[in-house]
Amino acid sequence: MTISADHAAQPAAQQAAQQDPAGDAVSKFGITVEDYMLPARHQIQMVGPDGTLNPHTEQGTQPGHEYSLPSEAELMAAYEQLVIGRRVNDQNSALVRQGRMAVYPSSHGQEACQVAAALCLAEGDWLFPTYRDSVAVMARGVDPVQTMTLFRGDWHGGYDPAKNKVGIQCTPLTTQLLHGVGVAHAAKLRGEDTVVLAMCGDGATSEGDFHEALNFAAVFHLPVVFFVQNNQYAISVPLAHQSVAPSLAHKAVGYGMAGERVDGNDIVALLAVLGRAVKLAREGSGPLLVEAHTYRMQAHTNADDATRYRQDSEVAEWVAKDPLSRMQTYLTDRGLLDDDRAAAIAEKAEAVATQLREGLSEEVPVEPQDLFKYVFSTPTPQLKEQSAMLADELARDAASISREAGK
Amino acid sequence: MSPTITTSSEANGNVSAATARAAAKAAVAAEQAGPQTITLAKALNTAMADAMHADPSVLVFGEDVGMLGGVFRITDGLTKTFGTSRCFDTPLAESGIVGMAVGMAMNGMRPVIEMQFDAFAYPAFEQIVSHVAKMHNRTKGAVKLPMVIRVPYAGGIGGVEHHCDSSEAYYAHTAGLKVFTPATVADGYRMLREAIDSDDPVMFMEPKKLYWSKDQVDLDALRAEHAANTERGTSSEGRAAVARPGTDATLIAYGPSVPTALAAAAAAAEEGRSLEVIDVRSIVPFDDETVCASVRKTGRAVVIAEAHGFASVASEIVARVQERCFHHLAAPIRRVTGFDVPYPAPKLEHYYLPGVDRILDAVDDLQWED
Repeated sequence: MTISADHAAQPAAQQAAQQDPAGDAVSKFGITVEDYMLPARHQIQMVGPDGTLNPHTEQGTQPGHEYSLPSEAELMAAYEQLVIGRRVNDQNSALVRQGRMAVYPSSHGQEACQVAAALCLAEGDWLFPTYRDSVAVMARGVDPVQTMTLFRGDWHGGYDPAKNKVGIQCTPLTTQLLHGVGVAHAAKLRGEDTVVLAMCGDGATSEGDFHEALNFAAVFHLPVVFFVQNNQYAISVPLAHQSVAPSLAHKAVGYGMAGERVDGNDIVALLAVLGRAVKLAREGSGPLLVEAHTYRMQAHTNADDATRYRQDSEVAEWVAKDPLSRMQTYLTDRGLLDDDRAAAIAEKAEAVATQLREGLSEEVPVEPQDLFKYVFSTPTPQLKEQSAMLADELARDAASISREAGK
Repeated sequence: MSPTITTSSEANGNVSAATARAAAKAAVAAEQAGPQTITLAKALNTAMADAMHADPSVLVFGEDVGMLGGVFRITDGLTKTFGTSRCFDTPLAESGIVGMAVGMAMNGMRPVIEMQFDAFAYPAFEQIVSHVAKMHNRTKGAVKLPMVIRVPYAGGIGGVEHHCDSSEAYYAHTAGLKVFTPATVADGYRMLREAIDSDDPVMFMEPKKLYWSKDQVDLDALRAEHAANTERGTSSEGRAAVARPGTDATLIAYGPSVPTALAAAAAAAEEGRSLEVIDVRSIVPFDDETVCASVRKTGRAVVIAEAHGFASVASEIVARVQERCFHHLAAPIRRVTGFDVPYPAPKLEHYYLPGVDRILDAVDDLQWED
């Protein structure tokens, strides 16, 4: 659809009839609209914690919620990113401990979600991440050091969102979901087949913008995949205090969109579920909500003390469900991963870690005049005055330093 | 050439009756060449229609802006002319409207969105303050947000609670937002076109009591002026206007208070006092030059605004003028503003609003005997 001035107004009822998810579901899957919108009765899991492929009947699928195994190439690409993601998380946490970075919200334990979110998208698609989604941002192709600028403290963002089609990692919860909705809406009006994947956490589903974003996307029938990483905690508050819905994926039906639950530590299932969601969105089936069940293995940030609100035994249970080790076992058993391949991947991960260590240890010069340069496209007279004032202060400081040096 | 204010007789009626009358009048005012008498509402509507004709990326959306044409009928006819993909109704959620506009602006569109009333915009405050205002700075200019948030604001229409707030200070206090407020019919057209052209986000504050004010304007001349400005890369953005020249004291006002200031100046003239009236037009960026030139000339000033005075735009203007013009001042600058109370119920609003008498009292207070 192109935008033109002569596009005649359509009555609302006629529009609604053209955008009927019920019709879509019935024709695509031969199931009722309820069965399309409601998540499958169990979360989708393809590879269990022990690294073995579940028999088809035990993957949680049901009619209309069927998933095929990703290709070997997809699995290997994902595994490589998983290893890099884990290394990135641990390297960044170390840099915080060494005082090289102010803060790092680690996604340790959630790397499968991070990687799948980036890999399920095509080049022209958009990703809208949160502050915990640095690994997803890097997996999408953004330079690692530019990604970490936000946390290094020299600017509020380090990359051009348009370049890799990745929004700036967003701190105010779920506000970025609406930006994703707007990007998808603009693309749809121009007739482009862009899909947007917008991420948030379990706690964020309590926010008003979560509701507004899902509702807008559904009403305007937009190609947005809302991807909730349910890592069980919003800082210290467990999910039970955020929602008593049967699952977060069940919220979809209230907006007239399809929801699905997936094991968030099983990248095979994640690639399958998110891949299908992106495909459906691109085909015009409207938005979808995917909830991934995962766990934040570490504290919220370095400033948090997770021992105050959760038991070590709970953390230990999730160690056994680790997304990397199960994938390593699975791929090794399938004969796709051997020692040479593993070493090559580890080397790549180490190269990224080195890049981060070097990039973040570097003393980055800051430019004080940047304070004024980007507030508007053209600085106001008031900003020009303030910029001159700061320049004068700095010149006088420099002069007095050189006088001192001359004594 | 001050606009005629037709709202006084409608102040006790309800808004919908007044808007219905306004719509009927607007419909009658068919397009014709040369100067014609139109309302501010019609000027704003024409500005949007012209911008939409000129640029397919200009979109209009909000609550009731589609087939209804907005509760004030400012978007009247846009859906009919441009279709539902260019002017459309959204779900009733202001944060959603603003947040979606951010994403659309990030992806090549120029959204012009309507907040139905001043106080209805508060649910969108987080999107406005945390994203609309900061995206350009956050991304070092990589992301521009060419969007206009239209806010019908201020009182004087006998509106009930939540329909009459003067919310401009919230936005003016937020770095990264331009804040425009037209006071004349011609500026309604001129400034809204400039706001839509702006690559930076603009809070476009529309004095709702002036929607039905009329003036003689030549729309074709305004279009030609806009085209010439576009060609030259110039505009009236960020410039205050001398709404009435004078020599004895300066009245500084914006938006809904400009006609009140002009009425005060007319009354003062009868008493032999010549008051200059400055229409601020653009709160951000602020035109220190024009305002201070006037105050240096007259040596006395009163700032007039409907909003509460405490920590307000009026306070900022007083501070700026005092810092720049202290040695030219014959008296402390006075403010005539709303009281520091929640906006009053309809039967009490006339006690609250800055009126001609309160302005003239302040002028009398400017130490003339010295």
